Amino acid sequence: MSFFSNFGEFQIDVLREVGNIGAGNAATALSKLIQKEVDMKVPQVKILEFDEIADFVGGAEALVVTVFLRVEGDCPGNMFFIVDYASARNLLRKLFGIQETVEADEQLSEMELSALHEIGNILAGSYLSSLADFTNLNMQPSVPALAIDMAGAILSYGLIELGNSGDFALTIDTAFFEGNEEVEGHFFLLPDPESLNKLFSALGVPLDGNY
Amino acid sequence: MEIIKIGMADLGVSKSPDRLRTTGLGSCVGVVLYDASKKIAGMAHVMLPDSSLAKGNEFNIGKYADTAIPQLIKEMEQAGSSVKNLIAKMAGGAQMFSFLSGNDTMRIGPRNVEACKTMLKEAGIRIVAEDTGGNCGRTIEMDPETGILQIRTVNQGVKDV
Repeated sequence: MSFFSNFGEFQIDVLREVGNIGAGNAATALSKLIQKEVDMKVPQVKILEFDEIADFVGGAEALVVTVFLRVEGDCPGNMFFIVDYASARNLLRKLFGIQETVEADEQLSEMELSALHEIGNILAGSYLSSLADFTNLNMQPSVPALAIDMAGAILSYGLIELGNSGDFALTIDTAFFEGNEEVEGHFFLLPDPESLNKLFSALGVPLDGNY
Repeated sequence: MEIIKIGMADLGVSKSPDRLRTTGLGSCVGVVLYDASKKIAGMAHVMLPDSSLAKGNEFNIGKYADTAIPQLIKEMEQAGSSVKNLIAKMAGGAQMFSFLSGNDTMRIGPRNVEACKTMLKEAGIRIVAEDTGGNCGRTIEMDPETGILQIRTVNQGVKDV
């Protein structure tokens, strides 16, 4: 915990704003894609034990569709775009206007997977590029990867890097939902521990918490 | 009967009828030790292979294969078991995102499995069942009464080993 313990309310506020800007742009991109209004909730910035992270998306065993990408450059970290299975189907339906023809628990087709992959790529890309513009830091997304599985199994993947430096992760979580809540999802940004200093200094925020 | 939950980078021991359970194993490995004569089971949710990678001196010993497994053996012995009566079962170590390759972090699943095997071999504990690798998440539950390890995945249902 020591690493994060010198964070004050001000630092947390700044990170919340980071989530706001990134996810705000991504939500706009999503809104354009599906031609529907997309709202977002106030970002939550939390310092969590590893086990608690999956609770945000319905528990470690919840079935989720996730696009993961590694953030490279000045401010490395991990980025997840997560929607639950039902939302993923609704998203595809809205995007293509395809009516549901298969049973709800049936597997997604290659084409649908590919579309989700691309949606995740566009949204995560817009999250990151707006953040890069805002901070003047070089942030580049890796090639995205898609997985459909238990939330715990997927999210733990983003914690490996953090695991060597402690037992806590700082997460910036922004939930978004489409007008009548048929599509609901999360953006998670998990900066590597070293990245926070860079992020704060790029934004002119002191690190000692006594602001 | 109680179900004892083992969190990420955590470990624990139970006696029949209490079961051990860990959820959402991805690249992490669930290592189970079992003593059939005493009906005692132990479970560790290993996250990383080697504690020499830890930054700083203090770390959670349940996190690394090379520290978690010796600790688990120790706790099994404290519960009344003997290392010569132990067998092991393993699950996890998947590669959740299959088309990412190259750097070491991405291969963490197989490396975790390898590290656990090395530690078990050093302790002279035989691995009797294993469901590792692949690209799916797993939830496992160990019943010390029967010695059966139940493995649940999203796509392949439930199996007992």
